[in-house]
Amino acid sequence: MLIEIQDLCYTYGEGTVYEVMALDHVNLKIGEGEFIGVIGHTGSGKSTLIQHLNGLIKPTSGRILFEGKDIWEEGYDRRSLRTHVGLVFQYPENQLFETDVLTDVMFGPKNEGLTKEECEQRAKMALRQVGISEDLYKVSPFELSGGQKRRVAVAGVLAMDPEVLILDEPTAGLDPGGRNELLNQIKYLRDKRGITVILVSHSMEDMAVYANRLIVVHEGKIAYDDTPRNVFTHHRELEKMGLSAPQITYVMHDLKARGLEVDTRALTVNEAARSILMALSLRKSMKTAEAQEKQD
Amino acid sequence: MPIIRAEKLGFNYVQYNDENEAPETIKAIRDIDLSIEKGSFVAILGHNGSGKSTLAKQMNALLMPTSGTMWVDGIDTAGEDELWKVRQKAGMVFQNPDNQIIGTVVDEDVAFGPENLGMPTDDIWTRVDDALSKVGMLGFRDRSPNRLSGGQKQRVAIAGVVAMHPECIVLDEPTAMLDPNGRREVLEVARELNRKEGVTVILITHYMEEVIYADHVYVMDLGKIVMEGTPREVFSRVDELKALKLTVPQVTELAYELKKAGVKIPDGIITPEELVEALCAIR
Repeated sequence: MLIEIQDLCYTYGEGTVYEVMALDHVNLKIGEGEFIGVIGHTGSGKSTLIQHLNGLIKPTSGRILFEGKDIWEEGYDRRSLRTHVGLVFQYPENQLFETDVLTDVMFGPKNEGLTKEECEQRAKMALRQVGISEDLYKVSPFELSGGQKRRVAVAGVLAMDPEVLILDEPTAGLDPGGRNELLNQIKYLRDKRGITVILVSHSMEDMAVYANRLIVVHEGKIAYDDTPRNVFTHHRELEKMGLSAPQITYVMHDLKARGLEVDTRALTVNEAARSILMALSLRKSMKTAEAQEKQD
Repeated sequence: MPIIRAEKLGFNYVQYNDENEAPETIKAIRDIDLSIEKGSFVAILGHNGSGKSTLAKQMNALLMPTSGTMWVDGIDTAGEDELWKVRQKAGMVFQNPDNQIIGTVVDEDVAFGPENLGMPTDDIWTRVDDALSKVGMLGFRDRSPNRLSGGQKQRVAIAGVVAMHPECIVLDEPTAMLDPNGRREVLEVARELNRKEGVTVILITHYMEEVIYADHVYVMDLGKIVMEGTPREVFSRVDELKALKLTVPQVTELAYELKKAGVKIPDGIITPEELVEALCAIR
């Protein structure tokens, strides 16, 4: 198992009047090459959870294992853990600071103590992976568009050559085109390089398309851990947690309630369209049959 | 009379190179003609870098036109003497609530604006109470803003604008950082202010589902308005929107796919209810 979380608890402000239990006995196993979506309303504990994965936060109790080793054991090299588990924060473009794109992306590998050539090679590869073309290498990061900046920031983490990529709402504030572009790049990385991806997002529609496992965090506990298709069948419960299901889910449930035999588990526009077309033609043929019976 | 009117409005950014020369002029918006009626709910769409925020900042004189004219409630925003008047008429709410809240207690934060108007203390608190109750945050007045959820913080930010008694509120991607609940809360507050108080609302967003409540939608590309109409009109042009790196609500796309496959349903379906009704009406 790549990452294992055992009985993790985390309390903010322990011993003060503001004491809040952010994570409450969480158990989780993450395998290599998974594309995991994490959802939960603001304050549910999801950001606290992911910050545990690369050792930014120390558990109040419980253990985090990376490749079978406890990351809080004495003598564990947490610094190098952070090159294995890359974390892209919200609004990562706020962390760009160098004079040009290439130098900015080289910052991570430079701190790993690689030679200049190696750093440059890593940076160029990372930039290619996020679809930033060579003519932008010498441009100041601040002259880029929102979507480009975001991708450069992701490249900065990729240049560390991580095995796990964690992204905290990477598409917030991007237009639909930029949103799809970035998510497709991430999916491509996972498919081609076998990187394990953990994606925190508020877009249920994106989760339905990209994630193959969806974890719902609620009041510091894991409420659901299943395929998006199975999780979204609980759309009423999700709403009570301040979340929702994709718009499609609601349409399909309403249609079914009105007597049209559609598949309520459809996740994407194409799946839904196919199911509705089938249901419509089925209804039509049944009606023709009924009409014929009456004539006979 | 329109609350916001632009005529041949243009704005250029000048970009400097390393030698501090100014070789490049970037036209962020160009030749925009626009007229927004008092009391309406208007949405502006467009991909990143299309000029939406530059246009929004013209509406409360954070930026001034480099060509053409912008009037807010009849006042030309280029006149420097009128600056504060313009900003009182058109308030702005930004994407990140953490960047706009300055008070350590919710009601003090909301009081910041009216205090700067130099009003008597009693009047300030009347305004604060009123603004907080309009956004449904009166019960949180004694709280610390950094202990609120994203949606609540954003509602406090809106209350801060409401306390200035503006004619018009410009919301620049107010829901981009919020979870589904927070998004609902903010949208509801914006619609309430529009319906009950008659405040003109201008909403910039990347969430197509939020646009369906608008009376009128503008779509921007390369600093120009390239499409406008009711949400129904705009969203029936699915292919054109996609070419502009935008999209339509998921139900609209589903309806469009079904129609392409020969299902007889009307154009421009924008809510789940409409689609369900249309499909159930097929005999």
